[in-house]
Amino acid sequence: MENQPRTRPSFWRDVRVIRLVLQVVAVAALATALYILWFNLTNNLRRQGIRTDFSFLDQPFGVRIAGSDFRPGSSVRDAFWNGIRNTAALAVVGLPILTVLGVVVGIGRLSRNWLVARAASLYVEGLRNLPPLLLIVFAFQAVILRLPPARSPITPFGWLVVSNLEIHVPGLTLQPGGGQFLATVAAAVLAAAVVWWWRTRRQDRTGQPHHRWLWGLGIVAGTALVAYLLGEDPVTVSRPQLEGRVISGGFSGLGAYFAVLGALVLYTSSHVAEIVRGSIQAVPRGQTEAAEALALSGFQRLRFVVLPQAARIALPPIINQYLNYVKNTSLAIAVGFAEVTLIAFQAIGNGQPAPQVILLLMAAYLTFSLVISALVNVYNRRLRLVTR
Amino acid sequence: MATLTAAPVRPPLVAWVRRHLLSGPLNTLLTLVFGAVFVAAGMAVVRFLANSDFTILRVNLALFMVGGFRRDELWRIAVAAWLLSLMGGLVGGLVAAAAAARARQTGVVVTGATGRGRWSVLRRFWPFGLFLVICLSLTETIQPTLVTVLGIGLAVGGYWLARRWPASWRRFLYLALPILGLAAYGVMASSGLGWSRWGGFHLNLFLTGAGLLLAFPFGILLALGRRSSLPVVKGIAVGYIEVIRGVPLITLLLMGVFALGFFLPSNLRPSDVTRVLVAITLFEAAYIAEVVRGGLQAVPSGQTEAAQALGLSPWKITRLIVLPQALRATIPAMVGQFISLFKDTTLVAAVGLGDVLAASSFANSQPAFNAQGLARITLPFVALAFWAGSYTMSREAKRLERRLGVGER
Repeated sequence: MENQPRTRPSFWRDVRVIRLVLQVVAVAALATALYILWFNLTNNLRRQGIRTDFSFLDQPFGVRIAGSDFRPGSSVRDAFWNGIRNTAALAVVGLPILTVLGVVVGIGRLSRNWLVARAASLYVEGLRNLPPLLLIVFAFQAVILRLPPARSPITPFGWLVVSNLEIHVPGLTLQPGGGQFLATVAAAVLAAAVVWWWRTRRQDRTGQPHHRWLWGLGIVAGTALVAYLLGEDPVTVSRPQLEGRVISGGFSGLGAYFAVLGALVLYTSSHVAEIVRGSIQAVPRGQTEAAEALALSGFQRLRFVVLPQAARIALPPIINQYLNYVKNTSLAIAVGFAEVTLIAFQAIGNGQPAPQVILLLMAAYLTFSLVISALVNVYNRRLRLVTR
Repeated sequence: MATLTAAPVRPPLVAWVRRHLLSGPLNTLLTLVFGAVFVAAGMAVVRFLANSDFTILRVNLALFMVGGFRRDELWRIAVAAWLLSLMGGLVGGLVAAAAAARARQTGVVVTGATGRGRWSVLRRFWPFGLFLVICLSLTETIQPTLVTVLGIGLAVGGYWLARRWPASWRRFLYLALPILGLAAYGVMASSGLGWSRWGGFHLNLFLTGAGLLLAFPFGILLALGRRSSLPVVKGIAVGYIEVIRGVPLITLLLMGVFALGFFLPSNLRPSDVTRVLVAITLFEAAYIAEVVRGGLQAVPSGQTEAAQALGLSPWKITRLIVLPQALRATIPAMVGQFISLFKDTTLVAAVGLGDVLAASSFANSQPAFNAQGLARITLPFVALAFWAGSYTMSREAKRLERRLGVGER
């Protein structure tokens, strides 16, 4: 046996050769396909006299953007930034609201009160089985457009000024000296973070309770109070005022903005609610029972045993829903709110080259999605290290 | 001597109300508030139904359902609906037969929470039924009702047939399914009535079915590529999946409608429906790949190792051992993907196609109905169509999950 010469398999049965050949074939196939597409693209663009570079970004956009001081003469580049800002405006306001709403409804579905549980499941099953675009169009056509016209707005509760063009909500205005106030509060937040870290370390070393929240919030709230009293009303609430046909004060948003915001917040919060419910139910029953055996109170059971474990299960899918929300803001194109997809659409309509415009649009969304999912991956890896 | 006094026996209803509605001050308050909300909402719905004029739906029902399909060729849609009903009945019967066989083998009888019994079908499919009844109540002739009744009959017949079909001949039934589907498509698309003029709810259903079918093989390849040990193949698959999942569908639809022409030879000018279908297929393939990857991960590695020990080739291991188990585990997630694509097909309205959502805008701008705020009538009708489909399918997916015994072996 030992003296037999070692026979190598013939090369077409050698795994290493097969692997190499397969990969070369895959690369060749992909390269061929891309080459054909590229060949067609350059050919078609040249034949139609369309430029293949990105110099169109400096040309005038040609359209006014509603609800902003954007002039038609400004460049396509500026229009894109304007669109990205509007997308961000949908995300920044919508994400916190939908999170709170989703958590409340998700816990409501587990309520022992039958009516509350019914209401929550009606909310979830009703909303998540509808197309988001339909909700947006409904919110715009059947709610916003039926409001009174812009020349005769109404003022519900005295705090809002509402017409089918714009909705004005109360906001905060910085008075002179407000900058100092904000700087002081920011410094207090920083200080609170340091104290948080110190209290945590202290607990790790000595085992004494950290009371991080008490310390942190106390520092921020106390500083803010003192700063507010020392400065003379640095920040005031501004109410939208209707005088004749001029509306002043507060924040204003286009009707289309509120339609998209409302519809997507409702839609996404129904998905978040399902995730919250599922994660709470996924915490094994034994955990609750063990906490009871340790004589923890009902609140302590939730706060220290159930919710931390549920949050760990819920966080990745909820972040996924955040990504979906941001991607769904592109549906605002149907009601004419000028977020980045509508800007791209209008740019194509005004004769800018479609392949490049759409490439830019995809790159914008892709950058955002990939950054977020990279962060989620880091988070998941850290959790795995902690648990095992 | 201590006496044991029995707790007073209350009627079950009273006990239930006390436990679930009035178990404390907070609970009672919640009950009152939400009771008021329910009553107010119910009254609002009743008032809406009583005070609204549904003429716009009655006049435009065909527009909503089939868009621009030639009205003298509508029988083609009826025939296709019959063929697909028969197919649906056969699938249902095959699933039921498989579940029964499984129950005989294992001795475990899986009853869904939706229950068994002769009328459980009504309980399970009532949203469908509601939508059908509403549609039929809006028609003016008898034909649609007859078509529907015959369709339901064919579905029931198909179910009955598949339940009683001898197991040894079952492969012929499996063969019949794609034939029926192709025949339905052939009836609708033959004699020069290509899909370029399809519209309405019919277009939404077509894009859902065709998009998923076309994306399926592509998605399986991508999933296998993502799990491949060849770094180049894996890289290509991961890159494609992550890029597509990172962008909204509407950007791909814009790409399809405005830029697809640039990537094709200049003599090829596909219709808008084709362009949209290409975009949907490319998009859906990435998501199906993720669903299938989930299924592949659920197959224990011992299966592959055992197959290797038997001396099977990699291709045979994938085809005979891994994929059948993986695909069975993906059925519920696949239904979820189906629902989400079904809802997403409304996006084609945003790029100018005449699907059911576009049909509602079109109806609202007709001279007879213009500027009366009738979106509050047409859009809930469209919403009901999508809700009935999605809600029923998502419940059926859960049921299927239990009956197929996915996740347990």
